[in-house]
Amino acid sequence: MKIHEYQAKQLLAKSGVKVPRGIVAKTPDEAAAAFTELGGALAVVKSQIHAGGRGKGRFKQHPDQPGVVLVKSADAAKDHAARMLGSTLVTIQTGAEGKAVSTLLIEEGLKIAKEMYLGVVVDRESGGPVLIASTEGGMEIEVVAHNNPEKILNEPYDVEAGLQPYQARNVAYRLGLEGTSIRAAEKLLKQLCQFFVDNDCSMVEINPLVVTADGDLIVGDAKVTFDDNAMFRHQDLLPLRDLAEEEPMEVQAQASGLSYVKLEGNLGCLVNGAGLAMSTMDIIKYHGGAPANFLDVGGGANVDQVTEAFRIILADPNVKGILVNIFGGIMKCDTIVTALLSAYDKIGITIPLVVRLEGTNVEIARKMLADSGKKITIGTDLTDAAKKAVASLGA
Amino acid sequence: MSILVDKHTKIICQGITGKSGLFHSQQCRAYAKEHRPGEDVFVGGCTPGKGGTEIDGFPVFNTVEQAVQKTGANCSLIFVPPPFAADAILEANDAGIGLIVCITEGIPVLDMARVHRAMQGSKNRLIGPNCPGIITPGVAKIGIMPGYIHKKGTVGLISKSGTLTYEAAWQMGNIGLGQSTAVGIGGDPIIGTMYIDLLKMFQDDPATESILMIGEIGGNAEIQAAQFIKEYVTKPVAAFIAGATAPPGKRMGHAGAIISGGAGTAAEKKAALEAVGVVVADSPADMGTAVKRAIDKRK
Repeated sequence: MKIHEYQAKQLLAKSGVKVPRGIVAKTPDEAAAAFTELGGALAVVKSQIHAGGRGKGRFKQHPDQPGVVLVKSADAAKDHAARMLGSTLVTIQTGAEGKAVSTLLIEEGLKIAKEMYLGVVVDRESGGPVLIASTEGGMEIEVVAHNNPEKILNEPYDVEAGLQPYQARNVAYRLGLEGTSIRAAEKLLKQLCQFFVDNDCSMVEINPLVVTADGDLIVGDAKVTFDDNAMFRHQDLLPLRDLAEEEPMEVQAQASGLSYVKLEGNLGCLVNGAGLAMSTMDIIKYHGGAPANFLDVGGGANVDQVTEAFRIILADPNVKGILVNIFGGIMKCDTIVTALLSAYDKIGITIPLVVRLEGTNVEIARKMLADSGKKITIGTDLTDAAKKAVASLGA
Repeated sequence: MSILVDKHTKIICQGITGKSGLFHSQQCRAYAKEHRPGEDVFVGGCTPGKGGTEIDGFPVFNTVEQAVQKTGANCSLIFVPPPFAADAILEANDAGIGLIVCITEGIPVLDMARVHRAMQGSKNRLIGPNCPGIITPGVAKIGIMPGYIHKKGTVGLISKSGTLTYEAAWQMGNIGLGQSTAVGIGGDPIIGTMYIDLLKMFQDDPATESILMIGEIGGNAEIQAAQFIKEYVTKPVAAFIAGATAPPGKRMGHAGAIISGGAGTAAEKKAALEAVGVVVADSPADMGTAVKRAIDKRK
């Protein structure tokens, strides 16, 4: 689960991490009032969307308006806010359709001496959390990792004991910090690593971490993502979820116990198992088609789930055909076909449907399909099904 | 011969009184009965609070320790729900059971970090979580795979994905190939056993003549595996990497299957494997034939 920058900063502040003073604004007047309340000569107006690249992003309705802007007066804050609120911000991470901005974070301006990068993620290799740090703040860490891998520090830490003070100091010295910044870093890094563990995060990213002129360390921007599998023990965090930021069909799928990801193509797919679902997308592409989605109905697909899966696939107006790929193991093929035929009638599918079945009771299942009198094309194997499905779109 | 599982394996199920736990314990017992009539392979299960009872002929114990003492079990199959699954793994580890196979999907990743930490230097081996389990065809099935699709043979199969494992086993069966042992290692970011351990076991197993590894996007385990193959494995190896078309940053069912910033793409992994002589299938329909090509290449 992702949350907004302002929410991440509020949570971090609660665990003792230093964040800039900031006020959330939902109207231009609130933005102006926030500027006045902060009382400085300078403030930053920041669009709150889940995607990154906001500073370089521009609004569809106002092509000259950046998603993050420095202002020097309450009037300027209000003017910018008026253009930003209710408009659609397009950044490198939002895709061409962009994201509507409904909330702004107005923050005090900082005296920036240096910008650095901090992140915490789970490291597959060491099998635990790892602190990532770099002197190259304000840049995408993936770009730094690609161009200057030597500028990235990795400090795996023990999930139970937390980051040790010496580890924090090691990182601080290696980042070239000095004087009072060392103590500040020791405290901040430990807090950040503890925050990650306490809240079952899957990612915490501070980019940039601002080193102020007087050596203080302040969170410039914060991205926090929680482990969906651990949300059962963090009920208090659930209200932070912003459904407006998520693909509506993905939300609906999740509620029905389906795993769905919307893609750009026009061939819908319905598959059992995550690996097979990914591979089905791959084979569609391999034979010249474009998958419209990833959809895993899971191992125990029943009539309700299959019906819901079809509904979700068909809700995407780009979908011009559907490929069903089921490997019936413990869940027998004829059981799946029963669900399929019932869903077919309930929904009234009118676009081409290619079904590939394999596994337990496949012969019975194929006969059921053939005898159903419905316009369903049977794929004899994975390749045949993919080719037929791709071809069905051209017809 | 085979790896991990042989005719001495005695299995219990943690979570045997749950719906999935019982169903799959029955299935595994039936598989053993069919292939090794008269032998006691699946010997019971555990559910705290239900010790001393019996469920469909399986004796139920309160703790793994008791189950091991009473039945001589050396393998645990775990079907405990996600919030309690890490505790179940640790219990099996402490009981010194030997082989732990965790099927549970959706365990919090930091719980697995704690398990990983606790199992450092442990003599027990964990397979999974979030995996279909292990099968040595004709000997024992410890997991949720349909047993009959796995034919007896000489291919060692290692896979991150469940249904893709079945697909591969099926394709192999169609061209007369079977498995020495098939292992689902699981799709989570932190798993008990990675490719390298299994590649080593298969290389050292006289009954295994070739290897198929099925990977997916995310992380760099397949790239490390490629390095290991270069250094250690002399048997023919084929591979498939799922997720070539997955968009970056999106989670594709498996929590581990996220690609961000170009690390762990299917193309990188394919290139690394091909560079060390592995035959990599371009299409998931060609996993079986890729094994055949890898074998034929050596003739």
